[in-house]
Amino acid sequence: MTRRRPTSLRRRLVIQLLALSAVLSALIFLAVRISADRASEETLDAVLGAAAVSLAEAMRGGDRDGGSVTVDLSPVTFSMLAAMGEERIFYRVDLDGRTVTGYGDLPLPAELPDALAPRFYTVGFRDTELRVAAVRRSLMVAGRPAPLLVLLGQTRDGQEAIAEGLANRAALVGLVVFSAAAIFSLLAAGSLLRPIGTLAEAVGRRGPRDLRPLRDQAPAELSPFVTALNGFIARLRGTLSQTETFIAEAAHHIRTPLSVMRNEAELALRETSDEPARARLRRLIRAVDEGARSAGQLLDHATVLYRAGQQEMAEIALGPLVAALVERSRPIAAMRDITLLPSLPAEPLRIRGDAVLIEAALRNLLDNAVKYSPPDSAIDIVLATLAPAGGGAGAAMAEIRIADRGRGLDGAAPQAFTIRFRRGSNVGDVPGSGLGLTIVAEAAAAMGGRFDLSPREGGGTCATFALPLPG
Amino acid sequence: MRNIRAALAGLILALAGPVMPARGYEIEASAHFGPPDAARRLAVLSTTDIDFLRPVIEGWLARTPGIGLDYTLASSQEVYRAIAEEGAVFDVVISSAMDLQMKLANDGFARPLPAEMLRTRPDWSRWRNLLVAVAQEPVTMILSDHALDGGLPMPHTRRDLIALLRDHPDRFRGRVGTYDPEVSGAGYLFAAQEARLSDTFWRLAEVMGRLDARLFCCSGDMIAAVRQGDLLIAYNVLGSYAAADGRTAPGFVVVEPEDFTLTLLRTALVPRGAADPTTAEAFVAFLLSPGGQQLISAAAGLPAIDAGAFALKPYLRPIRLDPGLLAPLDRISRQGFLAEWRAAMDQP
Repeated sequence: MTRRRPTSLRRRLVIQLLALSAVLSALIFLAVRISADRASEETLDAVLGAAAVSLAEAMRGGDRDGGSVTVDLSPVTFSMLAAMGEERIFYRVDLDGRTVTGYGDLPLPAELPDALAPRFYTVGFRDTELRVAAVRRSLMVAGRPAPLLVLLGQTRDGQEAIAEGLANRAALVGLVVFSAAAIFSLLAAGSLLRPIGTLAEAVGRRGPRDLRPLRDQAPAELSPFVTALNGFIARLRGTLSQTETFIAEAAHHIRTPLSVMRNEAELALRETSDEPARARLRRLIRAVDEGARSAGQLLDHATVLYRAGQQEMAEIALGPLVAALVERSRPIAAMRDITLLPSLPAEPLRIRGDAVLIEAALRNLLDNAVKYSPPDSAIDIVLATLAPAGGGAGAAMAEIRIADRGRGLDGAAPQAFTIRFRRGSNVGDVPGSGLGLTIVAEAAAAMGGRFDLSPREGGGTCATFALPLPG
Repeated sequence: MRNIRAALAGLILALAGPVMPARGYEIEASAHFGPPDAARRLAVLSTTDIDFLRPVIEGWLARTPGIGLDYTLASSQEVYRAIAEEGAVFDVVISSAMDLQMKLANDGFARPLPAEMLRTRPDWSRWRNLLVAVAQEPVTMILSDHALDGGLPMPHTRRDLIALLRDHPDRFRGRVGTYDPEVSGAGYLFAAQEARLSDTFWRLAEVMGRLDARLFCCSGDMIAAVRQGDLLIAYNVLGSYAAADGRTAPGFVVVEPEDFTLTLLRTALVPRGAADPTTAEAFVAFLLSPGGQQLISAAAGLPAIDAGAFALKPYLRPIRLDPGLLAPLDRISRQGFLAEWRAAMDQP
């Protein structure tokens, strides 16, 4: 299996910048090396030429009868010429085409120099390579002018050493430039790509319900992306509001006809005295109740799913919320002579959560408790804080226990009740959709909480709904 | 004693001469060291008297057993000819003729020496990696103990010497000696270097010419002449010879002129055509090593290479070991210089 790493803009940018700076460094190196070579050769040529000229100038024509030439080689000239890098020196003096002194085998230039300027050439000589300066002038010998050719050659080992040193320095400069460019390109890549990170952070920081279009200042290059993102956000916003509207509409559209149906059936029940018809109407009313309840639970469930996805947390005072719910359930409980016994702490117990989810969960639990409790019994509702399990690890929880004296779990595992549309084996005579405990479990999971069902000591069921307390 | 031994060796070798293979250069003597049947024999060609280097050679052979050494003594001109013109095979060439050694090295007859051998050598004591000095020898003047009889001032500079000679022509006429640069390569080297350094050289030459100075081929002859009382002053004598002789036969003082004292470097090179360059390099390395230098100065009496001497005696001038030495070697330059010299010497 090949792992494909996502392409990195930063890496590409850095690699391209590095390649560019490597090329530039190489160019700098070459430029320094070539110009240093040329400069040192020109300098050394100038010295060599001056030495050759002074050598030629020191030549004097011999006496008229002897026909010889006086050569006065200056040791200082030779010393100076050799000093730069300990060069070897060779020379040759030709008078009238005949070598009068020096190294007779020193090669002559391809072209004779003109009278004024020395001619330079590079030539192999014996075991080495020489740079030679050739100077021509004429000399009065035995009363007539004779052409004098002076060749002065030196090795250029020192120049090569100097050029090598310069090249090393140039390489160092190139390396420094490259390193600086490398650091710069890393920084540049970072600063170039920073707006992308900023944009991502701006999008990531948004709350789940924040579907406003992005208005952050993005660089021009990123504006197509921002425009596309804003378009997507707009479409998402449209879809979500449609869903919310649909849920509200559905609730309305199902509940309203059902309540009309129930009212009509009750009126019909009151108006008729035909016993079979009354029985049928009662069944109808029960079925409508069940339907309304199921519709309510379906909507609750849809709401829970939707809101769980939205994660809209807010600070909630759990105490007052539970108290209000208990108060709201009292009339239904009273109809069956069931007493609700809430036991709430003095402090409000603030947590972070979604009030709609908590309400839906607790309403379902209370409904269940009332529904399955025998008449003339009591339901205990306890709100308490629970120390972290395992003595310290994990967060402290706010726990709501709703305990009834109903028919219990009949030995079934508590998890079985939280499966959608699954109901207990002993509830065939009570209407229910099998969605209530699913809603509770999903609400608890959405807020990082916990939901448990356990048999109550002395008969009945204890439902525990716990939510984490903040830090 | 030493001289007798050297003469004896020379005699023996002269007799042995005819059996040697034919060659185009002349040798003065030769000697063989180490086991006669040694598989490896190092051939050394030198201008240094065998007796000077004998303790050094024996010291080296003692450290590297199984090696023999054939030592050939020749004049500096013949040493140059053997290598440059005759293509003779030698492993090490040691010569006091710096100019000819420089010419050998410049013209490509020397083999590069290993860098680690030269790293510690002072710059003035080597040229490139081809030529390296093994001894430094001041060029001095020696005065007979009788030269200054009557309370004459001791000359410490050339100027002093010129004044001394000029003020007492009768005493010094015919009793001043120096090298004959026309005959002696060393004499020519000293004269050319002195002329390069100072104009007093020509004034001194004229004064000596006026006093009918006697010209010699070698330092040894001059020293002998001083000792025998023929000379009162010998000018440009190799200090090492003077010192070596002075140890056994006092009778003169050695003066290092304080305006400047030329310092000759006795140099060694390994020829390009060396048969056994590795052993040759080992021998040169030994000459340069503290042990070898110790032997050179203590046993041979040649001053070891010592940069400190120049700080101690600031008037010591090592002859520059660079191609500047080549200029006076030029045939026509030499002719010109010698013509001047003759003019200075032969005065009516």
